Amino acid sequence: MSRGGPLRALAARADVRTLSLLGVLVALIVIGGITKPDEFLDTRNLQLVLTQASVIGVVTVGMTFVITSGGIDLSVGAIVALSSVWATTVATQEYGFAGILFTAVLVGVGCGLVNGLLIAYGGMVPFIATLAMLASARGLALQITDGKTQIVTIDGILKLGERDSYILGIPPLVLVFAVVTIIGWLILNRTTFGRRTVAVGGNAEAARLAGIDVRRQRLYLYLLSGLCCGIAAFLLIILSGSGQNTNGNLYELDAIAAAIIGGTLLSGGRGTITGSVLGVLIFTTITNIFALNNLQSDVQQIAKGAIIVAAVLVQRRTAASST
Amino acid sequence: MPESTSSTSFTSRRGLLFGTAAASAGALLVGCTSNDTKDEKAAASSQPAGDDKPGKHITIGFAGPQADHGWLNAINDNAKSRAKKYSDVTLEITEGSNDTAAQIGQIETLINKKVDVLVVLPADGKALTQVGLKAMRAGIPVVNLDRIFNTPQAYRCWIGGDNYGMGLSAGHYIGEKLKDKQDAKVIELAGLDNLELTKQRTQGFDAALKNYPNIKKVARQAADFTVESGQAKMAQLLQAQPKFDALWNHDDDQGVGALRAIKQAGREDFLMVGGAGALSAFQAIQSDNSVLKATVLYPPTMAASAIDLARALGQGKGIGGLSEFEIPVSLTLYSAVVDKDNVGQYMATGFR
Repeated sequence: MSRGGPLRALAARADVRTLSLLGVLVALIVIGGITKPDEFLDTRNLQLVLTQASVIGVVTVGMTFVITSGGIDLSVGAIVALSSVWATTVATQEYGFAGILFTAVLVGVGCGLVNGLLIAYGGMVPFIATLAMLASARGLALQITDGKTQIVTIDGILKLGERDSYILGIPPLVLVFAVVTIIGWLILNRTTFGRRTVAVGGNAEAARLAGIDVRRQRLYLYLLSGLCCGIAAFLLIILSGSGQNTNGNLYELDAIAAAIIGGTLLSGGRGTITGSVLGVLIFTTITNIFALNNLQSDVQQIAKGAIIVAAVLVQRRTAASST
Repeated sequence: MPESTSSTSFTSRRGLLFGTAAASAGALLVGCTSNDTKDEKAAASSQPAGDDKPGKHITIGFAGPQADHGWLNAINDNAKSRAKKYSDVTLEITEGSNDTAAQIGQIETLINKKVDVLVVLPADGKALTQVGLKAMRAGIPVVNLDRIFNTPQAYRCWIGGDNYGMGLSAGHYIGEKLKDKQDAKVIELAGLDNLELTKQRTQGFDAALKNYPNIKKVARQAADFTVESGQAKMAQLLQAQPKFDALWNHDDDQGVGALRAIKQAGREDFLMVGGAGALSAFQAIQSDNSVLKATVLYPPTMAASAIDLARALGQGKGIGGLSEFEIPVSLTLYSAVVDKDNVGQYMATGFR
């Protein structure tokens, strides 16, 4: 082993993982292209798949940070629901586009702050704290809407989801997803904040001894996840033209699954934004291919489950071979 | 007795004359007021079905699922506002819950409070059968609303919607619209597939389409009754089916999302029929500026009728001369089709 051997080996392994995910995605594209050439290999379909990946994709970027630090955020779906209904109340709609965007992000960050304070300074286990947030945010969302669907009437917002506002053929939602992904990648891989996140996830005690304010770092991470949920809620408002307390249903599971098949370790200490985004794209592409071939949702769920199991098994093998 | 005979024939002749006059006057009146029939019918639907004379005071217990959905919310509203119309009825309403154990607990509380009649819309009919039986054994008659208990012993009267009929109505409406079209294609955006009612709606739809050999159902996807799932699944369906003639969507709430997806895809080359009867769907049908041309009712006003039945049960009488002295054992609502022609009449019943 030469100088920097273990590090280089680690980098190589990460590349192999990313490549294998890319391979899965390419294989899916081939399957889609063979089964439904006209409908699948179509610009509109590409736009559709990316649009559908955007909302959950933004949530997954935030989730990747939290899991990398050894935590978990079960409340993401509920936060998306609460942000979306709060932002679409009649009172907020009077303030137009900016009012809705601001409210969605503010509510997301607010929920993230509560999660962060409970976990970092209240000493609560992330699983429990965010589970409590899941329950109460959903309850609050139901209370605000009274079970009713809140329809958005602001043209500026509705337009953003339609074909006229595509920029060079790219839907605005997809652009937001891309920007969040790039910023997320830069923060995790090129900043002190990112290195601290990995350090806290790898060994919190060692990180503390190395001078990292572990508690403050954790607070920021849940804030970040909440912020992503707020952005995702705004995207969902554009997409569905409404706020509903059922929004973001099971996002927590989808985001965790995407991060894990992407190669982020559930035990913390390693995270990859590229992998998470590939995970999201794989799930969305599967859903798309299944729908194009008119397969029912039960089959889709079974396939999703099988992929999660396979990915985690592969991860365990690579983890085992590295020790 | 010839005298009396002649007098009878005279009276009857006069009666005939009067009758004719009355009938023509009546026809005239109908003619004059025909412009207002829409309002009258809308008012009629919010009119209590029970006898309006106050009877002995009764307490009705109401237990339903969590109103996390427009239709269920309308169910609660309908029950509450109908109960308010009766001066002799007190409504004890429990917090809605989708948790079987919690709902059983709530119903048991109502039994212990000795309410006179129970109206129950179970989150899960099968799972709540036992507590229905318990109430009946305790001498409290149960009006089972919509989702049905496992055994008729668990309720005195069932009132609910017709899911199979909803599919039938949608299928026939689409069939009639497309009957002259060769090789017509229809697609279906179903509701939550793990609910029995979704399967019944699909069965009814398929059965109706069998009457139209020129029509073929080319795709079916299930959504989750939510706006978000409606948008997502519809976007996929539109990509999968570049050309089709009609769409049946099981639920107007998920229809909000489906209509968004249709707008986003820039498609308007087909006819869409919704389901349930949401206000937003009625408004879209009335303004006639989207693909949504009709919706099949699954009226939440059934909750108001359930209160009427419960009151009649509690006061021991029938309803409006229907079936003598007792209310019927079961009442199934009709799934009418609402389109541009009759939407004005139903507008007041639309739920948010």
